[in-house]
Amino acid sequence: MSFPWANHYAPKHPLMKWIDDRLPLPRLVYNAVGAGYPVPRNLNYFWNFGVLSGAALAIQIVTGIVLAMHYAANGLVAFDSVEHIMRDVNSGWMLRYAHANGASFFFIVVYLHIFRGLFYGSYKAPREMVWLLGLVIFLLMMATAFMGYVLPWGQMSFWGAKVITGLFGAIPVVGTPIQTWLLGGFAPDNAALNRFFSLHYLLPFVIAGVIILHIWALHIPGSSNPTGIDVKGPQDTVPFHPYYTAKDGFGLGVFLILYCAVLFFAPNAMGHPDNYIAANPLSTPAHIVPEWYFWPFYAILRAFTVDFILPAKLWGVIAMFGSIILLFFLPWLDKSPVRSGNYRPAFKKFFWLLVIDVLILGYCGGSPAEEPYVMISQLAAAYYFAHFLIILPIVSRMERPLPLPNSITEAVLEKHGNAAA
Amino acid sequence: MATLETTETPGEGAGDGVRRRDFINLAAVSFAGVGAATVLLPLINQMNPSADVLALASIEVDLSAIKEGQAIKTIFRKQPLFVRHLTAAEIAAADKVDPSSLRDPQTLEQRTVDGKKQWLITMGVCTHLGCVPLGAGEGEIKGEFGGYFCPCHGSSYDTAARIRKGPAPKNLEVPKYAFKSDTVVQVG
Repeated sequence: MSFPWANHYAPKHPLMKWIDDRLPLPRLVYNAVGAGYPVPRNLNYFWNFGVLSGAALAIQIVTGIVLAMHYAANGLVAFDSVEHIMRDVNSGWMLRYAHANGASFFFIVVYLHIFRGLFYGSYKAPREMVWLLGLVIFLLMMATAFMGYVLPWGQMSFWGAKVITGLFGAIPVVGTPIQTWLLGGFAPDNAALNRFFSLHYLLPFVIAGVIILHIWALHIPGSSNPTGIDVKGPQDTVPFHPYYTAKDGFGLGVFLILYCAVLFFAPNAMGHPDNYIAANPLSTPAHIVPEWYFWPFYAILRAFTVDFILPAKLWGVIAMFGSIILLFFLPWLDKSPVRSGNYRPAFKKFFWLLVIDVLILGYCGGSPAEEPYVMISQLAAAYYFAHFLIILPIVSRMERPLPLPNSITEAVLEKHGNAAA
Repeated sequence: MATLETTETPGEGAGDGVRRRDFINLAAVSFAGVGAATVLLPLINQMNPSADVLALASIEVDLSAIKEGQAIKTIFRKQPLFVRHLTAAEIAAADKVDPSSLRDPQTLEQRTVDGKKQWLITMGVCTHLGCVPLGAGEGEIKGEFGGYFCPCHGSSYDTAARIRKGPAPKNLEVPKYAFKSDTVVQVG
């Protein structure tokens, strides 16, 4: 772990020495996110989003724990208890908006973190495990966010729960029993609400645990960097603290400003007004949509309209889950030895096409299930799969990458002129 | 370690490489495995519907107030139930269709009780992802086949509540029901 030239932890205060001999926790922190972790000197601001994701999780856990002090997970009173938080609980409105928008901002920074990884080839050897654990975190986040959205027990909560658990009903033979088992009934009701609350409280801590594994796996080879080339010597790195604690601190400040701007001035901009109507099992909202961060996947789910051997519904479910499962194979689909998209001219173009494709899918997922959106989602979903299964493997074999710099230091000096040295 | 294990007292090993200790290890771990699986069972089973949820009694529906061409929504097992009084034109439209051309081939006869063809009783749960289709309420759109239309993903059902267009794989489910008299039906 880490490079031989990493700073060594040397406690000066007798108390710190005493602690270090008995429980070397400060040493662990020093080596993980302190001056003892050497990091490539050329990281750009896209490398902020890991820390920002961690900050977003912390915000969610803190606001979530206090909201749970006032929320009641019972179908009869859940909706009212959320209104009670909004109107009666001291600062309750702020805490709830902070939690609801915190989820959106968590996904914003995580999506940027994922696309950073896609562009700079952070999923490639020797960091495959970092990528795989990151995807596990992403799946856990999706489950947590979905169950959290059910808790206010509004119309979108109820119907979202029904549609998403209905996905499992698409599985042949065992589907309906699984759906009934998940819900604890034939439709979302008290049993479902209670278990979702229980799991919604549990999963963030599981996420925190997997994040520790994610960082552990990252620190074996060390952080990647925008050139994608390996660290060659001490001149290529700077200690994490104070250099990147400062850079991340600045990024965190910008993040918090944007977060607070939405939280205080447009707290419902990313929510759906129908969720302010109490759950009604007899009336489906005209247009059921999940939260915005699920839209691309929702578009893929709805893209299948024709039976082909299997029912269309099952294809949609397979494709939706497949679109994420596929990412687990990414390190082996993209065989190019060059990591960074900056040195891969063809890959770079297709990367931006993928970004546009996902944005189109997202737009279609948030639109009603009618033409032209269905047709557009079908094309965009097909392109999504083609990107990973056809384009990437071919591009990584055919493409002639640009010449790589000899070292990180050389790349930095070239960019800023020798004066910067 | 290896040398230690091979120098065992005679009588412990059977001479074929399988030792008494291997058997004890295997038996102990298997037993613990069975125990763990046994403990897991109630942990999984607790998530199945509880007795009060399962005990939801069957319901009786009074049909006398439902005029021809009308439909009502009621609740059966916490889910919407559609009861529809078909008009002669709707019955004719349903009969005109060749069942073999359907995604889920069924005739109107198979979906209703003998001699009560005008009473179409189905769950109000779209077989796609469980939304409540429109078409049973006053003034709701019925879709292009005149039956029900699911607003979530655009599935259209015909006047026999059979799936005709859109992503739903099956016809609207017909629950178990029986006529207690000409105007009262018991569902469940």
